[in-house]
Amino acid sequence: MNSVETTRPPLDPVVLYKALFLAAIAAFVLVPLLATVLGGFKSLGELRVNPFGLPQHWEWQNYADILFSKRYWQLLRNSLVISTLAVTLTLIVASMAAFAFAHVRFFGSSMLLSYLTLGLLFPAATAVLPLFIKVRDLGLLDTYFGVALPQVAFSLAMSVLLLRRFFKDIPYELLEAALVDGCSYIKFFRYVTLPLSRPILATVGTITFVNSWNAYLLPLVMLNTDELYPWPLGIMVYQGEYSSEWHLILAFITLTILPTIILFIFAQRHIVAGLTAGAVKG
Amino acid sequence: MARRIASSPSLDLVEAAPAPVVVRGPAWDGRYTVLILFLPPALLLFTVFVVVPIGEAAWYSAFSWNGFGKPTNWIGLDNYRFVLETRAFWLALRNNGLIIAVSLLVQLPLALTLALMLAERFRGAVALRMLFFMPYILAEIATGLIFSFVYDGDYGLVASIWRFFGAEAPHLLASTDTAMLAILIVIVWKYFGFHMMLFIAALQGLDKNLVEAARIDGATRGQVLRHVVIPLLYPTIRLSVFFAIIGSLQLFDLVMPLTRGGPADSSNTLVSFLYNNGISRMRVGYGSAVGVILFTICVTFAFTYKRWFMRDE
Repeated sequence: MNSVETTRPPLDPVVLYKALFLAAIAAFVLVPLLATVLGGFKSLGELRVNPFGLPQHWEWQNYADILFSKRYWQLLRNSLVISTLAVTLTLIVASMAAFAFAHVRFFGSSMLLSYLTLGLLFPAATAVLPLFIKVRDLGLLDTYFGVALPQVAFSLAMSVLLLRRFFKDIPYELLEAALVDGCSYIKFFRYVTLPLSRPILATVGTITFVNSWNAYLLPLVMLNTDELYPWPLGIMVYQGEYSSEWHLILAFITLTILPTIILFIFAQRHIVAGLTAGAVKG
Repeated sequence: MARRIASSPSLDLVEAAPAPVVVRGPAWDGRYTVLILFLPPALLLFTVFVVVPIGEAAWYSAFSWNGFGKPTNWIGLDNYRFVLETRAFWLALRNNGLIIAVSLLVQLPLALTLALMLAERFRGAVALRMLFFMPYILAEIATGLIFSFVYDGDYGLVASIWRFFGAEAPHLLASTDTAMLAILIVIVWKYFGFHMMLFIAALQGLDKNLVEAARIDGATRGQVLRHVVIPLLYPTIRLSVFFAIIGSLQLFDLVMPLTRGGPADSSNTLVSFLYNNGISRMRVGYGSAVGVILFTICVTFAFTYKRWFMRDE
């Protein structure tokens, strides 16, 4: 685990093999992504003969057409609305439940918590048909809520567990002192717990956002109207329409994954912490 | 895991605390208001959208029903028989097995090797970690589309390499022999970085003194790795295997843009099989039966795995 000894000869073959191995894996990851971005700048004819290299003639038009289309922005807007709904509801509902589980002792609390954690055990796909019928009977079919509510429900288990563990670490003396001073549990939650828990709220929010932003199955089942489609559905429709005009599809893919990549670059820490958080949970 | 967290020492101190001098006794500090206001939203959402649908899946699976009106055509366990008699179901199950095998035999060793290299500090290590993690946050739909371009027989990267060597370009996704293999490669591409990050996090939390001590006692780097580092990573390895298997059982989004489970059902996963045969045709009974089977597999696996392999955690 320590760094290699400082006395190593200038061309240690082990170091060389390591570098080559890392370069090969980096190429394996990067080449498909770069080819996608660059492919969007090519004409279809050039793509066929030169799928790897830089474009000889940069076709900015491919990207411009999409960026100035109503369709692209509508897809992003729909995704943003659904993800924001899912994140807001998850944070509110999960943090309230987590607070009750963390700070109030009551009969059956461990049973109720185990009940919620059942949600960790199976994917939404197992119940998607009854879920569809339920959402239809509630009149939520073809609405943003019809997608967001099941997403929140399926993300609750993990969110409540993560938040509860964090809330429990807030020193008891703080709650005690506040109660002595006549503060209620609810005020304590509002003015002490939530402000102290910004990091974990950010983490839970990030997991929920990424999952909702990327989701395909639930929106596919719950939405029928093109105008409501989030981008993963929209891009599949787009690909269906332009089936072999790969240069346009590649430009469209690039522009739809761009928000994710920008978010990733600026919020790396939260994203990595959030998405590997399940691991630390143990 | 859940049970352990649930039974961890709760706030005995709340009850033991001396009665405050204030007029508002413990019963009036809003404790019960919290229970009445804070718990129901979560429990209600979870019950309505997770637990009840699972129960309903079990009920609906006994009917032949297209989802409209009320289910009336009771056929008992016939849907399960139909599922088990479908060849595509067994193919999907086999494919899920293949995904698990590749996760264990290719992805896990790759992730572990890279983690061991990139947990060290050197120029570019952090950048490489982020690069390798990036595919994990891309939507599966986008990943699937990118690779359907990579594999495309006319415009794709693979085809152009083939042509460079003067060979006929293959249509990898259109052949029953290669479609699943092509998907397996995409799965490794997308998920190895996640498992690598798990291992890096574990390596960074490792007690360096143990490694130091072994080195001082004369162990070679290879011996330290085999007898100290890897054993210390066992909990993370078990966790990584757990995620790989659960992930394989839910895999769907990636398959749709690549093959939709075809050709001839050769690349279905259990969930894409469920979609193609139950959901898209509104065969509620049949689809529910597949859902119940999938649910049973997931829950049985999770409990067995926890009991056998994750007891000590």
